Parts: sequence; structure tokens; C-alpha cells
Amino acid sequence: MIVASHVHKVYPTRKGDRVVLNDISFTLERGDKLGILGRNGAGKSTLVRLISGAEQPTSGNITRNMSVSWPIAFGGAFQGTLTGLDNVRFISRIYNQNYAENINFVEDFTELGLYLREPVRSYSQGMRARLAFAISMIIEFDCYLIDEVSAVGDARFHEKCDIELFQKRSDRAMLIISHDTEYVRHHCTKFAVLHEGNMEFHSDFDQAYAQHMVNLHG
Amino acid sequence: MTTLSHLGTLRRSAAIQGRVIYALLMREVLTRYGRHNIGFLWLFVEPMLFTTGVTILWTLSKSAHGSSLPIVAFALTGYSSVLLWRNMPSRCIGAIGPNLALMYHRNVKAIDVYLARLVLEAGGATISFVVLSIFYIYIGWLDPPEDILTVAGGWLLLAWFGASLAMLLGAWGEKSELVERFWHPASYITFPLSGAAFMVDALPTSVQKYALYIPMVNGVEIVREGYFGDKIRAHYDLPYLVGCCILLTLLALAQVAVVNRDITPE
Repeated sequence: MIVASHVHKVYPTRKGDRVVLNDISFTLERGDKLGILGRNGAGKSTLVRLISGAEQPTSGNITRNMSVSWPIAFGGAFQGTLTGLDNVRFISRIYNQNYAENINFVEDFTELGLYLREPVRSYSQGMRARLAFAISMIIEFDCYLIDEVSAVGDARFHEKCDIELFQKRSDRAMLIISHDTEYVRHHCTKFAVLHEGNMEFHSDFDQAYAQHMVNLHG
Repeated sequence: MTTLSHLGTLRRSAAIQGRVIYALLMREVLTRYGRHNIGFLWLFVEPMLFTTGVTILWTLSKSAHGSSLPIVAFALTGYSSVLLWRNMPSRCIGAIGPNLALMYHRNVKAIDVYLARLVLEAGGATISFVVLSIFYIYIGWLDPPEDILTVAGGWLLLAWFGASLAMLLGAWGEKSELVERFWHPASYITFPLSGAAFMVDALPTSVQKYALYIPMVNGVEIVREGYFGDKIRAHYDLPYLVGCCILLTLLALAQVAVVNRDITPE
């Protein structure tokens, strides 16, 4: 279970403090699939970083009683001079995993072949996305935080991602943010709309969608 | 029971931190030295080249250093010490930026990034010092140290001083780039003041006590006492040096905690 209680996040800017998240509270149980809709800059990624524990809230608490992934996104947090395998090795070391097994999985999933031994800066955006996703899948978590999955890559890649996430790991909790509303509708059971620092929950997608459209178009 | 479970938690945390630092260290070695030519050997070949260059320069210019010590011995102990305490802050200032993406992983903290870099930097300087010492001793330019433990003690104190200074400046550097701007000139200006190029005993008596206010001077004097024993008269204030290190360490840890709290991963 993940419990966020009265979470506030404030970023200092040149024109004074800006409240990005204003008193957000919710609970995510095992197996819950929560989809969050919101405009650009609504604070979706910030919320995901706070839940992952990579960043601390300005005030309020986030309690994690299950293992939570890092935010899975496809920009890929890679150093360009390192090879794909170097990055697999790094993650394996941090999470105390068997490197050899992970290599097999990553080779199999990414189909990058010899490129895994080349610096990441020589990869195309789609190749990076494949590597980033495969690396995210080598550690098993109770809860996955997914930030904009469907932005890059081809159809085959999306199919493979769906199999890994929603078939093999259908019992896990997930928190999904995406601008692709269909993706959210398809994969989530609970919905929330983030707007001007406030988070509104809906059990029904259509309600959430309607609210999101109002926020988008006024 | 509770103390036992606390101990268990502590042990688990230590294991995690050890893994993270090791992973960062290996990553740092690769990003810094790559897999070209001699690769990570540059870690200590570079400081060796520096020290050798300075040794040759000082030998040729017959630097006056105010003691009867052979110039090689003087340059080796002096310049190696400078590399030890000066390179650590240089590597820690601005260390967070390039590693920001890694902070997505909850267990990777600012202090791990600093510690990984400190271990590398101190390791490089130490290997360089040891290898050059053995080499000079082997070819007969240098007598073996009189008391290796004292050398090691002085060296460790200098490393502690460098490491705590590095973390403090690194953490301050995250708040203001002025730290980086000022560190460069400051590290150059303190070089001649650091005891690398003089023995305290050679200074006028009235100046000696002021020289010992500079923490590094005390460390270098201890290293030299271990190296040369009775051939020199070393001056140092051990409690003062240790006090400086403790103070810097506490300040550094407090500031790193602030950095940790304010970090925003990319």
C-alpha cells in the first residue's frame, strides 16, 4: 500500500514560490491501477517522482509499504558515453541483481544485438526507449510508476511492453500518467485529474475524461 | 529486541549504500577514463605524471626549501599531498549535475555520488604516491620511510581533511556557482601556503605558529616526519588538525543533507 497524506510541493521560481501540488492525499492498494490525467505542467511527473521517493515533498508524507519502481519513462536516464550493457550492469549492481540473467533478458527484449556494446549516444530514440523499458523490467516491484509509455517506439515495441506490464504483471499496482487518454482508459481502474495543484478522483473514466477536457479547453 | 532489529536495519542500509557507491564508482571510472588506451590506469598515471613533472622541475631549478633533504624526497611528499587534498574538492564541486538522472533511483543519494568520487580521487592519489615512492626507493633516489605508520597516519588525516572539505564545497556549490569560481584561484593560492613547498622549521620562528593554522601544513609535516624521522624537525598540532577535520565533516554532512532534500531529478 502507498499512502500519500497532505502532500504539498512548492518550487521556487524567479517570481516567488509556485505551488505545484496542493494538499494531495490518496491511497494506492496492491493491484490498483490508477491513471492520472492532466495538462502539460500540471504536476503529473512531479507527483510520480515524489511517490518514487526520488524527490521529497515540501510538506506531508508518503508511506510506502510495498516496493515501488523508479519512474519508468522513455527519455532514458542514460549517460551517452556508456554502453547499453554498462547501464544494465549499473542497475544490476544498485538493486543487487544477477547481471548475467539480466543481460539475457535485455538482449532478448530489446533485440539490439551488437548495439548493446556501443555507447548509448549512438542509439536512435526508439532504441533508447527499448533499452530503458527493458532495464525497468529486470527488477520486480509491487508497484510500477509509468510516465508516458506510449510516446515513442513502434507498434511491435508497444505490444511487447503491454505483455510485460499488463499480462505478466497484471497483479501489481500501477500508477500511469499519459496524454494518451485511450491508453489510460484501457489499462486503469481508478482515475484522477490533476489541475492547478489539486487532484480529483473519479471511479469512472468518462467523468474523469470530461473533467480533463474542461481543464484543457476551458 | 528493538536494538537488534535496529542493528539489522542498519546493516541492510549499509549493504545498500555499499552497493550503490560501488556501482557509482565503476560507472565513474568508465565515464571518466573510457575503454581507450590505458583506460582506468589514468586514475593514478595522471597524478604520477604531475608529481614526476614537479619533481624534475624542482630538481632542475634547485628549489630552495630550507632543509638538507634531497629535493626528490621533498617534492614527492609535498606534491603528492597537494594532489590528495586539492583534487577531491575539484571533483566534488558540480558532481551532482551529471548524475542527476541517477537520482531517479531512490537509493542513490547525493552523498553516494560524493563518496564514490572521493574514493576514486583518494585512491588515485594514494596509488600514485605509493608507486612513485617504491620506484624512487628502488632506483636509489630516496631512502625508505623511517616510520610507515606515521606516513600513513599523516596521509589519512590529509585525505580526511580533503574529503570533508570536498563534500562541504560540493554541497555549497549546488547552491551557488560562486563556490566553483572561487575554488580555482583559492586552490592555486593555497598551494604555496600548504606546506608542500616549505618545511615549517625553515620559517622564521615568529611565522611558524601562524603557518600551523593552515590545516594542510600539519598533515604534510606528519607525513614528512614519518618519511624522514630524525633528519628533520617536524612541527604540527595534531589536535588542531583533527579538530578542523571533525568540524568540516559535521558541516559537510549537514550541508549534504540539505542538498539531498532539495534535489530535483531531471
